[in-house]
Amino acid sequence: MLPSVDVFAHLTGQPGAVETLRSAAAGVGMTHAWLFTGPAGSGRSVAARAFAAALQCVSEPKGCGVCTGCHTVQTGSHPDVRFVVPEGLSIPVALMRELVLRSATSPASGRWQVLVVEDADRLTEAAGNALLKAVEEPPERTVFLLCAPSDHPDDIPLTIRSRCRVVNLRQPAAEAVAELLVSRDGVDPALATLVAAAAQGHVGRARRLARDPEARARRAAVLGVPRQLSGIGACFDLASGLIASAEVEADAATAQSDASERSAMETALGAGGTGKGAAGAVRGAAGQLKELERRQKSRSTRAQRDALDRALLDLAGFYRDVLVQQWKAPVAPVHEDALPMTGAAAQRWTKESTLRRLESIMECRAAIEANVKPRIAVEAMLLRLWQG
Amino acid sequence: MGSVVSQVASPKLPPVVLVLGDEELLVSRAIAETTAQAKAADAGAEVREFDAGSLLPGELAELLSPSLFGGRRVAVLKNGQDAKKDLVPVIMAYVADPDPEVTLLVTHAGGAKGKAFGDSLQKAGATVVPAVKIAKHKDRIDFVTGEFRRLGGKCGADAAEALLEAVGHDLRELAAACSQLVADTGGRIDLATVARYYRGKAEVSGFSVADAAVAGDTAAALEALHWALHTGVDPVPIADALADGVRTVARVAAAGRGNAYQMAATLGMPAWKIEKAQRQARGWSPDGLVSAMRAAAECNEAVKGGSEDRAYAIERTIFAFAKARQGGPR
Ligand SMILES: [Zn+2]
Repeated sequence: MLPSVDVFAHLTGQPGAVETLRSAAAGVGMTHAWLFTGPAGSGRSVAARAFAAALQCVSEPKGCGVCTGCHTVQTGSHPDVRFVVPEGLSIPVALMRELVLRSATSPASGRWQVLVVEDADRLTEAAGNALLKAVEEPPERTVFLLCAPSDHPDDIPLTIRSRCRVVNLRQPAAEAVAELLVSRDGVDPALATLVAAAAQGHVGRARRLARDPEARARRAAVLGVPRQLSGIGACFDLASGLIASAEVEADAATAQSDASERSAMETALGAGGTGKGAAGAVRGAAGQLKELERRQKSRSTRAQRDALDRALLDLAGFYRDVLVQQWKAPVAPVHEDALPMTGAAAQRWTKESTLRRLESIMECRAAIEANVKPRIAVEAMLLRLWQG
Repeated sequence: MGSVVSQVASPKLPPVVLVLGDEELLVSRAIAETTAQAKAADAGAEVREFDAGSLLPGELAELLSPSLFGGRRVAVLKNGQDAKKDLVPVIMAYVADPDPEVTLLVTHAGGAKGKAFGDSLQKAGATVVPAVKIAKHKDRIDFVTGEFRRLGGKCGADAAEALLEAVGHDLRELAAACSQLVADTGGRIDLATVARYYRGKAEVSGFSVADAAVAGDTAAALEALHWALHTGVDPVPIADALADGVRTVARVAAAGRGNAYQMAATLGMPAWKIEKAQRQARGWSPDGLVSAMRAAAECNEAVKGGSEDRAYAIERTIFAFAKARQGGPR
């Protein structure tokens, strides 16, 4: 066995989880429903995907990483592995029902029918119920792999949770992330160390920071926010800036797929058709395009919130670094390059006010997740950061 | 100027009146007032109306010629801008030497069409009554408050604002609304009165609640909220309006004292909104604004499903504003 090439090799710093999954794929402790939990970036979906590959592996040891089973799962082309990835804010019930139905059929070529739900915390209540029915009485050869931030009832209904085996993933250490960036992506070691710490254990975020100068520029702008909080007016201006930047980032991420989806659908619907029945077809087509636009809008809202949340996490890292220095704690800073600023703030503020500031950022993130208008939440937060 | 007109004109009954502008309500008001003045001077005064576009020069001469039996007359010539080329000299000749028993009232839209005629009438000393369309928000507010005053009532700028938002920009409808409110309430019109009469318009209710809450008028804010919810207005736009109210006051207050028209561009708000916020900003401290914005964010979460009783969440926010306005942080 060569651990460096098998399907679990990309699970950075998770020896416990890898052990569990390897045994299950080999038949020890296998069950029909799994729940992968862990903070964002810890590799929940990486783990689920690796496990799915190991389950379809046609060679030995299971999860070899080279056989057609492992390979097709990893490239997303295995006929018996389906992924549910929410593009909008939630996973709709219609999609869930369809996938549950299809997962009940016998595997076409693999050993199992595998259904991977990447953000099970975004299931609507109805979608959750549809999934629950399937998890309660799983078909003989069907496996459900669910991913969520935690097994808290806020994230996953207790009824589903109680039928799952939980695999908890840890936040990988910054050193492990930096190592991965250097060895796999060829990132310069100094930059890798900086961005791995700045990404706070989120592998995908670290890679983006290392590769994309615009992502680094956005981060620098966010780290400049505390210094610019000079008064009430500045709070509102900076809030506008943060919101606009999240919109630009989200637009850049979704614009291309929006356009290609639309033109693909227009081609499929034969836009511009004439003759008998064309009017009815056009009406139907208009409905489908409208539905596509609705889904794209929902996805774009999600993308904006995610972008804003990354900015808020960067900001939280700033105040966390201030606090760490005030307590003289022997831990590494999140934002190495902002040390002059966080150090100065550590001298000037009281520990209590730093804590209050950090608290207001966390409340803002929770508020946005609870559907508060992002602008209002960010304005309230920046005013409190200014007030101290 | 030494014009004949000014020599013979009595201050009460001008011989020639030019109503300039195309605001229909103001035009018909000017006609009614002139007519009423004539009838006050002579109960048997005769009033006749003509359209300048179709009136023939001969008819005009007859109209303006001295009456056999004497008595006051009012000749209303509508759409002066449409007067034919051959009609204009006849009118101007009359205006140079008018009959003191007659009032000639010409309405003119005030645009480019027939401009020379309008200008000549002014030069000849006609009494000009402006009737131009109101385009500025502040002028509309002035119209509404003036209207209440005219009717013997009284109303604050916030109530006028709410009425404008509820009724729209049509002056005739606004005037009707004012007269109805005065008739029904006896003349003291405040925000709550307007909310009561013009309920069911979401933006009115939301902004009325927010305006009163931010201005520190807790009672009026609660009453406006009550009516809004009573008539089925969704709490979400009300919560948004509360946040917008704090945001506007905070941004305007932070911009410092200054001319609203000069600040409009930098703040990206219309001047009337800035002026209103400048008035509302009195009584707010920076710490108070921080608390209020936090309360507004909590309210936004509560009305979006986080709270069992969404109405109570908004009420609590109104109280939080009142407290923040007086005493800074909670
Ligand atoms: Zn394999």
